[in-house]
Amino acid sequence: MAEEAKGGGLEFHPMDQFIIKPLFGDVGDSVGMFTVTNATFWMALAILAIAALMILGTRGRAVVPTRTQSVAELAYGFVYKMVEDVAGKDGLKYFPYIMTLFLFILFSNFLGLIPMSFTTTSHIAVTAILAMAVFLAVTILGFVKNGASFLGLFWVSSAPLALRPILALIELISYFVRPVSHSIRLAGNMMAGHAVLKVFAGFAQVAAVAPIAIFGVVAIYGLEVLVSAIQAYVFTILTCVYLKDALHPSH
Amino acid sequence: MEGNIAQMGQFIGAGLAAIGSGAAAIGVGHVAGNFLAGALRNPSAAAGQTATLFIGIAFAEALGIFSFLVALLLMFAV
Repeated sequence: MAEEAKGGGLEFHPMDQFIIKPLFGDVGDSVGMFTVTNATFWMALAILAIAALMILGTRGRAVVPTRTQSVAELAYGFVYKMVEDVAGKDGLKYFPYIMTLFLFILFSNFLGLIPMSFTTTSHIAVTAILAMAVFLAVTILGFVKNGASFLGLFWVSSAPLALRPILALIELISYFVRPVSHSIRLAGNMMAGHAVLKVFAGFAQVAAVAPIAIFGVVAIYGLEVLVSAIQAYVFTILTCVYLKDALHPSH
Repeated sequence: MEGNIAQMGQFIGAGLAAIGSGAAAIGVGHVAGNFLAGALRNPSAAAGQTATLFIGIAFAEALGIFSFLVALLLMFAV
């Protein structure tokens, strides 16, 4: 990585923004399990922002909502309807967890778009924990709710009998690959988008292409705002799909 | 000409894996295009199917993500 930066002629490396640094002390200090880093700081900021939105939004409980209350109600209603539509009525019991996931990812993505900030969701360590939590919760829930008949998820009863063992193998692989694709989709999208922004910002140093590069940065920033919201939505809706599979495993 | 054959293979492999990302882009475009074609024929039914659209896009994208993962592994982990 380091030698590419020298060879490319950039003053900064596009991936430098993802380096985890301790918040207090020198840059070179080692990062342990309990070190307060910039990742910790931006995650805490996301939590505080969500808490502020929800507490301020629900404090008035006015019939004619204020602006903050409208946003809070919009977010609540949006996720509630998504869970109801995709996971079904009995999935609504798990709505608080899905709402938490959605708001945390959405706020982390949007806070990461502030210039000079740090995108926590661009790190595979963060998204892998989120996806593993969903995977484990859904698997345990499936076995608790359905017992052994949860394994019917892998036994496609509508297929011809000779094909079923092969399909069962494919279904099994695709089931265990879920947390991988679930986490890398979010981290990869956020990381790639922010790296592209920095690459275009690097082109802006060259006078000949600077106008195009600055226009490109603005256009890609707009795209990134869209991608941030869509990826939070996709992560949440896939959680709902997995939840539906756990509650109703029959094909 | 520093470096060795193994490193060259890594970089070529990572570049080849990036083709998979492009192929996933075709798949995602196919899903979205067909959704739009259907939605324009029956716009009243389109609103209820946006969730299905995003699920389809996510599944099509998943395989592109695996090729991206292979590229990342070749570049940084091998």
